[in-house]
Amino acid sequence: MQSVEVDQAVLDGLRARALNMRRHMVRMARGPGQGYLGQGLAIADALAALYFHEMRWSPADLQREGRDRFILSTGHYSIALWAVLAEAGVIPLTELNTYGASDSRLAMSTLDTSPGVEMIGGSLGQGLGQAIGMAMGERMRGTNARMFCELSDGELQEGATWEAAMAASHFGLDNLVALIDCNGIQADGPIVLDMEPIREKWSAFGWQTEEIDGNDMGSVVAALARCRSRRQKPHAIILRTKPGCGIRSLEVREKSHFIRVDSTEWDLLAAELNQEAAQ
Amino acid sequence: MGLDEQGGPRPTMDAPFGVALTELGTSRPNIIGLTADLGKYTDIHPFRDAHPNRFFNVGMAEQNLVAIAAGLARTGFVPFATTYGVFATRRAYDFVAIACAHARANVKIIAGLPGLTTGYGGTHQATEDTGLMCMVPDLVVIDPCDATETMAATRAIADYQGPVYMRLLRGKVPIVFESTCNFEIGKARLLLSGTDVGIVSTGLMTERALDAAMQLRKKGLSVGVLHVPTLKPLDTTAITEFASSVRSVVSAENHVVRGGLATMIAETLFRARLQVPLKSVGLPDRFLECGVVAVLQERYGLSTDRLMAEVESAAR
Repeated sequence: MQSVEVDQAVLDGLRARALNMRRHMVRMARGPGQGYLGQGLAIADALAALYFHEMRWSPADLQREGRDRFILSTGHYSIALWAVLAEAGVIPLTELNTYGASDSRLAMSTLDTSPGVEMIGGSLGQGLGQAIGMAMGERMRGTNARMFCELSDGELQEGATWEAAMAASHFGLDNLVALIDCNGIQADGPIVLDMEPIREKWSAFGWQTEEIDGNDMGSVVAALARCRSRRQKPHAIILRTKPGCGIRSLEVREKSHFIRVDSTEWDLLAAELNQEAAQ
Repeated sequence: MGLDEQGGPRPTMDAPFGVALTELGTSRPNIIGLTADLGKYTDIHPFRDAHPNRFFNVGMAEQNLVAIAAGLARTGFVPFATTYGVFATRRAYDFVAIACAHARANVKIIAGLPGLTTGYGGTHQATEDTGLMCMVPDLVVIDPCDATETMAATRAIADYQGPVYMRLLRGKVPIVFESTCNFEIGKARLLLSGTDVGIVSTGLMTERALDAAMQLRKKGLSVGVLHVPTLKPLDTTAITEFASSVRSVVSAENHVVRGGLATMIAETLFRARLQVPLKSVGLPDRFLECGVVAVLQERYGLSTDRLMAEVESAAR
């Protein structure tokens, strides 16, 4: 595997971004007192690396032609997308308080009408196929744009994911990167149908694969950099992530798809986040 | 084209959809052809041959077919995705609903073997497809009558910005209409005026409606025909006006009656407080047999003779 040198200052900057994003997420979840905070905290590092380092996009022009695109297949991770867009200045910080409220742009699952959303998520198994269509489209246009599609380990149980996995390698889409968030949980609790070995499955489907700690910024940045290679193969990064990452008491909680937090606990969680950041 | 499909006594044209799409593809570089292992069977092969760089066969995977089409639409292309109606609906429904319709993606789904046009049996007969698709918000649903209208509709839906489901008449398709058939999305067309019985028909049943009306005129019955090629949005104004001008209405469709055009007409007339007797020709609420299409169509009342009998009984 090609080793990638990453500047320490860059990594520190991205870690600071991810920490801010986690703060935004706690602020959001506090409104409704619940939400997909566990998943959001887990994917924060990957999103920080994408939006503030790897992707070519413009916060001032979200629809710019030929942009790199982040396709969030698991729409219920929207809390992380709102956080990264808030951190980039696209969404005002004050608007974060509306997360999950009636008429808010920041719904608990992505909508096409929300800023920075490339695809309505929510019905799992629909993201990768659409990312393939976008990758084919950009390739026909002759742009160098790349598609970064997040999907999750639970979502791998949707058969359409594998229809898409077959097609991406068949069409040689090396402008496509699948980020597979393996957090070990799904709606009914810990993964109900064993999907391992995940990396081997994607390799067998013809993808360039690697498996990393998805909460280690250095690993994430280096893996994304390796996906710049264009060898007629799509790329898959298996991200092993910790639900609730960054807030110890959430990390050790019973693995939960949908976190409910008592109103008295929020200040403690926020304090914990700051404490861990200080360490 | 399967041997089991029957052309009428009229002249036919080969692969009108494929011909129209190929022409469109020549003038418009953003048109894309997609299929899920049914290229030869959905008449998209002329496009494939003419524009190989803009044609993709995604294999036997209809959910992915629709997803890829939606993704292509998001990068500014106009994908035409072909498969059979049963697979576009029953198998890929959630993808059509969310990735296409909810997203208002500019995807055109072209669905072969509509209603009872194959004797292959329930697995391949899309008898309830337009009903299902009409239930999806923001989706345009079209059931063309013949080769001329298929070509006109192909051009019209390419110009239309938004998701469309269109039934496909494939192979040697009868030519019923003149080259200027004035197809317009959302508009019904009055083909024949009559005062006794009005046939409101869609899809290939309009050909039979015209034949039935002409024959019954010779018997002294004044029969009108309103052709409704767009099932959604439904031209309720035209239907109401037409129904007001006759003593009795007969609906005719290559689709299950319940949830199809007949139901939509009944609702339209009821809401308009129009009291007109309504008879319906169409498929029953059951899975159909395998066999020869002409035999099955006769059995289920889709033939001209059976339609004539219904119209005559409606006139009594």
